Amino acid sequence: MLSRSAACLYWMGRYMERAENLSRIIEVGFRLSQIPEWEGSGPAKIEWKSSAVAAACAEGLLAKHGEANLESVIAYIALDENNPSSIYSCFKAARTNGRTVRTALTSDMWECLNDTWLEFNSRWLETLNQDNLWEFLDWVKIRTNLFRGAILGTMLRDNSFAFTNIGTFIERADNTARILDVKYHILLPPGEQLGGALDYTQWVTLLRSVTALGSYHWVYRDSIKPWNVAELLILKEQLPRSLVYCVSRIERDLLSLNEHDGQRHDCHRLAGKMYSQLNFAKIDDVFQNGLHEFLNEFLTQNELLDNAISNNYHFYS
Amino acid sequence: MLGPNGDPRQGMERLAEWMLQAPRDLLTARQAEAKVLFRRIGITFAVYGEGGDPERLIPFDIVPRVLRTKEWEFLSKGIKQRVKALNMFIHDVYHNGEILAAGKIPERLVLHNKAYLPIMRGVSVAGDVYSHIAGIDLVRTGPNDFYVLEDNTRTPSGVSYMLQNREVMMRLFPDLFSSHRVAPIERYTDDLRESLKSVAPKNCEGDPTVVVMSPGLYNSAYYEHSFLADKMGVELVEGQDLFVLDNTVYMRTTYGPKRVDVIYRRIDDAFLDPLSFRADSTLGLPGLMNVYRTGGVTIANAVGSGIADDKAIYMYVPEMIRFYLGEEPILKNVPTYWCDNKDDCKYVLEHLDELVVKEVAGSGGYGMLVGPKATPQERKDYALRIKSDPSEFIAQPTLALSTTPTYVNDGYAPRHVDLRPYVLVGADKIRLVPGGLTRVALQQGSLVVNSSQGGGTKDTWVIGDKHA
Repeated sequence: MLSRSAACLYWMGRYMERAENLSRIIEVGFRLSQIPEWEGSGPAKIEWKSSAVAAACAEGLLAKHGEANLESVIAYIALDENNPSSIYSCFKAARTNGRTVRTALTSDMWECLNDTWLEFNSRWLETLNQDNLWEFLDWVKIRTNLFRGAILGTMLRDNSFAFTNIGTFIERADNTARILDVKYHILLPPGEQLGGALDYTQWVTLLRSVTALGSYHWVYRDSIKPWNVAELLILKEQLPRSLVYCVSRIERDLLSLNEHDGQRHDCHRLAGKMYSQLNFAKIDDVFQNGLHEFLNEFLTQNELLDNAISNNYHFYS
Repeated sequence: MLGPNGDPRQGMERLAEWMLQAPRDLLTARQAEAKVLFRRIGITFAVYGEGGDPERLIPFDIVPRVLRTKEWEFLSKGIKQRVKALNMFIHDVYHNGEILAAGKIPERLVLHNKAYLPIMRGVSVAGDVYSHIAGIDLVRTGPNDFYVLEDNTRTPSGVSYMLQNREVMMRLFPDLFSSHRVAPIERYTDDLRESLKSVAPKNCEGDPTVVVMSPGLYNSAYYEHSFLADKMGVELVEGQDLFVLDNTVYMRTTYGPKRVDVIYRRIDDAFLDPLSFRADSTLGLPGLMNVYRTGGVTIANAVGSGIADDKAIYMYVPEMIRFYLGEEPILKNVPTYWCDNKDDCKYVLEHLDELVVKEVAGSGGYGMLVGPKATPQERKDYALRIKSDPSEFIAQPTLALSTTPTYVNDGYAPRHVDLRPYVLVGADKIRLVPGGLTRVALQQGSLVVNSSQGGGTKDTWVIGDKHA
């Protein structure tokens, strides 16, 4: 397979996954901003800033709009053409990458990418505001779910499939870690009680944002406890957005590439190492050493893995 | 579809009847549906830098253009004869130049032609095939009169529209297909792959590796490039994906280098290799020409094959057929005046209001004068251009082109059409699927069918005289 094609598939997977996560992050902000206890419970309302931080575009948003609020988040994270991490840019980049490797996509996949982009432009670009924000966020979720369905339901299980998935899961792992980190460090205002009502609502919102509230109850049959939420999102392989699930998928897809040529690269070693660390970790140890530190270390490792994959498969030769 | 007396031609009665009975709102709905399908599949024609939508749809007409099997057999015989002679001509002018020595074609017209590339002199190409994929543009003027308007021997485009038009028609009007025996065209891409494999270089071992080479996403025909690669199951590469090592072409893959044997290129000669042609181009592959000239890789169409589709050379194609094949041309040429000849030039300038004048080097319907439609001032301006450089212009009479019914503004209207069948020339045989791309001039009275000039397309049917 052409290296350039592999890179395009990888990035197509990443961008579609990012678009989905951006909408989830905005959803968290939107839900949090509606929590009544939040009023007067801290300096400025920071739930929108936390969204911007989770989306890794706080700096750009503040530079352009001054403050993070509903309007600026919609303008910058959903619609901004100049923000490379906006939903707009993600859909556009996913389509451009897909178009470059159309030969590797099934027609269902391509039509989903193309329709999404066309509909974004004709339906949302000019009209999106706070009144139809829910509808929009649902739409993004439907489109990305549809795309994933097209991949799972129609794509040959070959290298194209593997590279698309690897990109998807690298991105998802990154996003899950960020979402979790935001809750832990940014959201609880000084003076608020850990485990208080506000804290509780925030954890619930976070679980909802990754569509894992129901799963939480099935797994723990317990009220919402921070360490359980963290464990679910980091160490429970049943949960398809957990870090350990993402890394297990990356490792498996990397190995499937390996079957053809028997080559073992740095990325295989790194993914294997990350997987066994997560697989054997206990949530107590994670908290002992600091959740934030753990997540930061994970994000660094994930980025190294991304670099290794790019180098080993000659993405930029 | 209709004969001179207005009745449906033989074999087309049933289609004509269906067309007249079909409710208008159904047809209008289908026309709209076709548009949505094309947009969704992404069958677009990219026009960058002119403002407006950079990914335009080519208008599609739902009324098929119909040819009878007998007519098609006649045409395909003539087309095969023509491309055979054209290929022999290209080989000849890059080797012994027998046709020039025999005085059948003026030497300066060939040797001083911009499309003649001295770098190709004496180079032997696999199977002596130069124009592997040719598009022959035809028009019809009467029940049994077909004329060749133009030969396209370098990189004729539009074949993806031919295939997609059929696909869309079958989705929109399944009942029509079940009641007509329409000759299938789906095997085109298989034929293309077989044809390209047949011209693999001599030293190719095993199954030849074929690739389609594109200038990339921003090329107007990118959709077609990816479509063809996809349907053939071969890689779609750009210059940056290839490299030359030890006089061999390789592509960069995730498993390291892989040897490339046949390149179906959709890049013009000038951009193929910055070491041999335009040094400022980044689209091509440095060193490609060296490998090519020494037989390490096949390029389709061959470098320099453009010499055969020059508008002035066109005049001599019937002569080529007689010279190389010893046969009489089956298909007619449109009478053509070349302003480089004094008499021709005088005639052209005196009859500008009757003629279509084209630039020898022009393409895509740009820069031409349609005399009968032009204003006196436009003709005057054009005359000045001709006088300043006569050898750059040819002229042809406006033919009484046949029309086909076309669905416009909720009703049928006659519109002018042409036809471009696609011919595949392999080392083993010549392949041709029945039909081609029908282009239609959507403006009333217009003769210009080019997509860059607002023309549209329709499905082309070759049907048997007897119904299924």
